[in-house]
Amino acid sequence: MKTKFIAALAASTALLAPMAMAEDMATDMTLVSWGGAYQKSQVNAYAVPYMDMHPDVKVVWDESSNEAVAKLRAMNEAGNVTWDLVDVVASDAIRLCDEGLAMEIDPDTDLAAAPDGTSAADDFGDLLVSDCFIPQIVYSTTFGYRTDLVGDTPPTKICDVFDLEAYPGKRALEKRPINNMEWALLCDGVAKDEVYDVLATPEGQEKALAKLDTIKDSVIWWSAGADTPQLLADGEVVMGSTYNGRLFSVIVEQKQPVAMLWDAQVFDLDGWIIPAGLPADRLARVKDFVMFATDTQRLADQAKYISYGPARDSSAPLVGKHADLGIDMAPHMPTDPNNATNTFLYNYEFWADYRDDIDAKFQAWLAK
Amino acid sequence: MAALTPISRTPVTFYVPVVAAAGAFAGLFVGTAQGSGLLGIIAGAALMAVLALAMTRVIENEKTMRWAIAALFLAGGYLLGGIPGAVMGGAFGWFFGWFTYWLYEGRYRAKLPPYLTQGQVLWHFAFRVICGAILVFLITPILVVMPLSFNSQNFFTFTPEMLRFDPAGYSLRHYRDFFTSDDWQQALRNSVMIAPVATLLSVSFGTLAAIGLSSEHVPFRRLIMAILISPMIVPLIISAAGMYFFYSRIGLQGTYFGVVLAHAALGIPFVIITVTATLVGFDRSLTRAAANMGADPVTTFFRVQMPLILPGVVSGGLFAFITSFDEVVVVLFVGSAGQKTLPWQMFTGLREQISPTILAVATILVGISICLLTVVEMLRRRSERLRGMSPE
Repeated sequence: MKTKFIAALAASTALLAPMAMAEDMATDMTLVSWGGAYQKSQVNAYAVPYMDMHPDVKVVWDESSNEAVAKLRAMNEAGNVTWDLVDVVASDAIRLCDEGLAMEIDPDTDLAAAPDGTSAADDFGDLLVSDCFIPQIVYSTTFGYRTDLVGDTPPTKICDVFDLEAYPGKRALEKRPINNMEWALLCDGVAKDEVYDVLATPEGQEKALAKLDTIKDSVIWWSAGADTPQLLADGEVVMGSTYNGRLFSVIVEQKQPVAMLWDAQVFDLDGWIIPAGLPADRLARVKDFVMFATDTQRLADQAKYISYGPARDSSAPLVGKHADLGIDMAPHMPTDPNNATNTFLYNYEFWADYRDDIDAKFQAWLAK
Repeated sequence: MAALTPISRTPVTFYVPVVAAAGAFAGLFVGTAQGSGLLGIIAGAALMAVLALAMTRVIENEKTMRWAIAALFLAGGYLLGGIPGAVMGGAFGWFFGWFTYWLYEGRYRAKLPPYLTQGQVLWHFAFRVICGAILVFLITPILVVMPLSFNSQNFFTFTPEMLRFDPAGYSLRHYRDFFTSDDWQQALRNSVMIAPVATLLSVSFGTLAAIGLSSEHVPFRRLIMAILISPMIVPLIISAAGMYFFYSRIGLQGTYFGVVLAHAALGIPFVIITVTATLVGFDRSLTRAAANMGADPVTTFFRVQMPLILPGVVSGGLFAFITSFDEVVVVLFVGSAGQKTLPWQMFTGLREQISPTILAVATILVGISICLLTVVEMLRRRSERLRGMSPE
């Protein structure tokens, strides 16, 4: 009933003149993101130019992406969705879409085509991993190391993380099985294309945990993206995994003695979802914003502020220099050919199926 | 205070082991910082035992020896840790020089009554050490935050420049960040708008409830009291989740008024408890006397009862204010991003971006709290003096 009403309203507004359309758009918008440098890049690249075009619009930011799934569930149960647009990683988008908490979008009508006329669906290509997901960036989870604490031969391979003899000292790893299990298997001699097949079996999971066991005493477990940069800056860890944009900030902006270990970096996607069941006026505003904020130029602009790769093919050639430092951003992108010599593609379907099971085993192993 | 007890020099078997034990304790910290706690304990104990003997047996000139010890430790500290090490070392040396002679000459005994047994003397000093240790334990985390907030870098780290006391290692950039960032200023505005109104509501309702519940003819007053103070006892996260669903249904979730109401509910128990406590000492015949002289209940309340229970109301109000100003769980549920308060901003800031701006804000808040408490205490003393309650 309600959706029919909204559909009817949307249809009727679509028929009316553009002037009437503007009147039916809400002027307040709550955007949810991750805080920190990443959110700042979104403010600068998307929100500020949008508000210049629409001075009557007020944007409020909520740094709740970390618990977006739980909060959206609660909002839905309470019948009171206060968010208009939510930034989530791809796997969360898939979950929200499956639960009906996110709205399905049609790339060809809801998203702008590339300047050369390529349709949005082709421009985003394989990155449209869910019907609800509007990709923004490609990021990677990779390692950084202290250049002054690793001796004369800095680590070059992912397996150096597991080599306590060559690189003694603490390592920072994320407190969850994702990525850690894959890296452990890679360094236990499993071929790259067989990792997920092995990890699907109980023996494979044991194997991965056994490999992690060899360094368990030297691991500091992190749960927030800001932890590893802090630990590296402190010299508390020799090397640690985190998002490549965080490491970029540590190395280039904060000038800490840290370097990147791009080997076996794991690619992942981050993007928007629109919560299901928004009232028509808010939905109209949010669609207008999304159309603008995910066009080719805006995605390329974001790369001026943070070293994450734009999700559109057509944005890549437009990536320029850092907004403050004036350095070329392309060599700092995870997708740059020099950095992407050995990459690992995160398997969404595998983790959607096995996450609960492996999570339980991993937590039990941690507590041992 | 004049000496109470004649003093005499103490035997070697007393002061050398005690000084050595103190040296072992200090050695534990130095040793841990240098890599081996156990080695530090042994070295500290041995060093201090030898020095104590040297001070008292070899050269018996107290003044010279105390200067010499301070200088020795200062130099040692400089070798181990540069300028900050020298400052610490100098302080250690001064303390140990004083401590050794304090024990050796028996001065520790001078100001205590002569009839105390050895055990009582020991307890006298042990008690002071324990109290001091508790204060250090409570205050150190707050003190550590303060120098870090002047960090010129973007991390929670004492950089080598800071440890050298190099001015380049310090800056006010995080304070500048706080005063110029829209996010922080909006959060400050929200906190300042929410807390006083929530306090006002808590104080009004809490005082009324306490007065009502203290009159004996109210039925079920224990039950009502239990319900009213339940927000203090029920885990906050449960209250918060309950409020979230309830306020969502009635359209208060994510509104300014909703957050104010939620914080008022949290503050009311504090006011009820403090006001009930002051009402215990309140003489009910005063209200009857006022009524007898023709005052209506409202006049009686404001002219007779209120001034007498004011201390309870004010301290309850202070608690309610601090509850609202510090609260993060309920506001995360009941508020929306538009009501982001300072604790909320600090919470997300700590998780997403470990920035010393949070420390700068914490330092400012600590400063404000100290000022507030000092002012309240000064006002209290002044009113006591005016009322002739204090002998001063």
